[in-house]
Amino acid sequence: MPGQAPRRSRILETWRDAGLVAGKDLRVEWRSRATLGLVVPFAGLVLILFGFALDADRPTLRLAAPGLFWLTALFVTVVAAQRSAAAEAADSARRMLLLAGVSPGAVFAGKAAAVAVQLLAVEAVMVAGVLVFYGVRVESVPLLAATGLAATAGLASAGTLMAALVAGSRARETVLPVLLMPVAAPVLIGAARAFDAALGSAAADGWRWLSLLAVFSVVNFVLGAGAYGPLAEEA
Amino acid sequence: MTVIRLRGAVVLLGRYPALASMDLEVKAQETVLVQGPNGAGKSTLLGLCAGLHPLRAGTAAVLGHDLAAERPAVRGRVGLLGHDTALYDDLTVTENLELWAKAARLPVAEVPEALDRLGLSARLRTVSAGRLSAGQRRRTALAAIALRRPELWLLDEPHAGLDRPARRIVDELIAEAAASGATVVLSSHEPGRAAGLAARTVTLTGGMATADAA
Repeated sequence: MPGQAPRRSRILETWRDAGLVAGKDLRVEWRSRATLGLVVPFAGLVLILFGFALDADRPTLRLAAPGLFWLTALFVTVVAAQRSAAAEAADSARRMLLLAGVSPGAVFAGKAAAVAVQLLAVEAVMVAGVLVFYGVRVESVPLLAATGLAATAGLASAGTLMAALVAGSRARETVLPVLLMPVAAPVLIGAARAFDAALGSAAADGWRWLSLLAVFSVVNFVLGAGAYGPLAEEA
Repeated sequence: MTVIRLRGAVVLLGRYPALASMDLEVKAQETVLVQGPNGAGKSTLLGLCAGLHPLRAGTAAVLGHDLAAERPAVRGRVGLLGHDTALYDDLTVTENLELWAKAARLPVAEVPEALDRLGLSARLRTVSAGRLSAGQRRRTALAAIALRRPELWLLDEPHAGLDRPARRIVDELIAEAAASGATVVLSSHEPGRAAGLAARTVTLTGGMATADAA
């Protein structure tokens, strides 16, 4: 059909550009070692301190593990998204991609993907942490993995969009968590319920919660890709 | 052919009218110096012509594109050197230019040549942009523009922070661009330094063109 080939080519170009942006962000991140050197120890400390706060009571910890896990993942999202937005703001670096003609949707997808990769790396360490420190057992590995992927996509999308929204604000470090928490709440609730089932800590229909979580994550991604353009424009 | 045509163009930065009813016409292959005191609107004018700022009132067309509706198309055809150099601090000079080349669909193989042209040594190319001096950063940003070979060069204080040898390299680059048929608009609040490059000087005051002399 006429017009289909150019449209397909535009979609391919958008994904190519998203890969370019993700590669750039991951290279910057790898060079600073912030995720490995700071965020992983931070996530580990948060999990351990939650353990102390609950008096190291293993049955209680097992029950609370899904919620604590995703709350920690939210804190990590705030840090990763903040760093991702800061790299674009310094010396108006985002202008390079704007003048190169990279679509805002591709920039958003690339940045969200880079944040998601970092989150997944930290979550892998956190899963090991809750298994060891909280004494939980995995009942369903596929459900655990699928929930991790869907929730990470949702958190990364919301975090990337909100960090871009507050990038010009003087109080961005404070404003970002305040804005992100309500937006990420549906993802956190879905992820925690699905994790309940995957870890066997509560009777829940994990796959149904995962479906709902996937819907939230897709909505976050689509809204983010659409809203990032106006945010990337300069006043 | 007219490359830039502004009629009563207004640009707001926040609530402040950085350009207030700006009229300007620049023909193809002209080299125009825009001068004026700090806050006159020079940088905003260049940003508007690069498609970065939204037009609040009036009409504006650059390279045949209406700036009210086609800013992305303009961005893809100009080269802008702003006050900020738009480089990623944690990437090296070469990585920054390669990223730019890939994103803008330019030949990556020509990156070393562009860096050579701006006198950026092999040692500097592996240094993170965040560790460069202001002058080295500006030369790297100019190398990115040279790589694109745009139809319209928009250079905001291109000599700022440069030593004498680097200024000479930049002057040669601008003269080469003009000789190759590109249109060049450069700004300076020290006109003496850039006057030799331009055949026409436009003076801005309070966001408006108040003098235009050949």
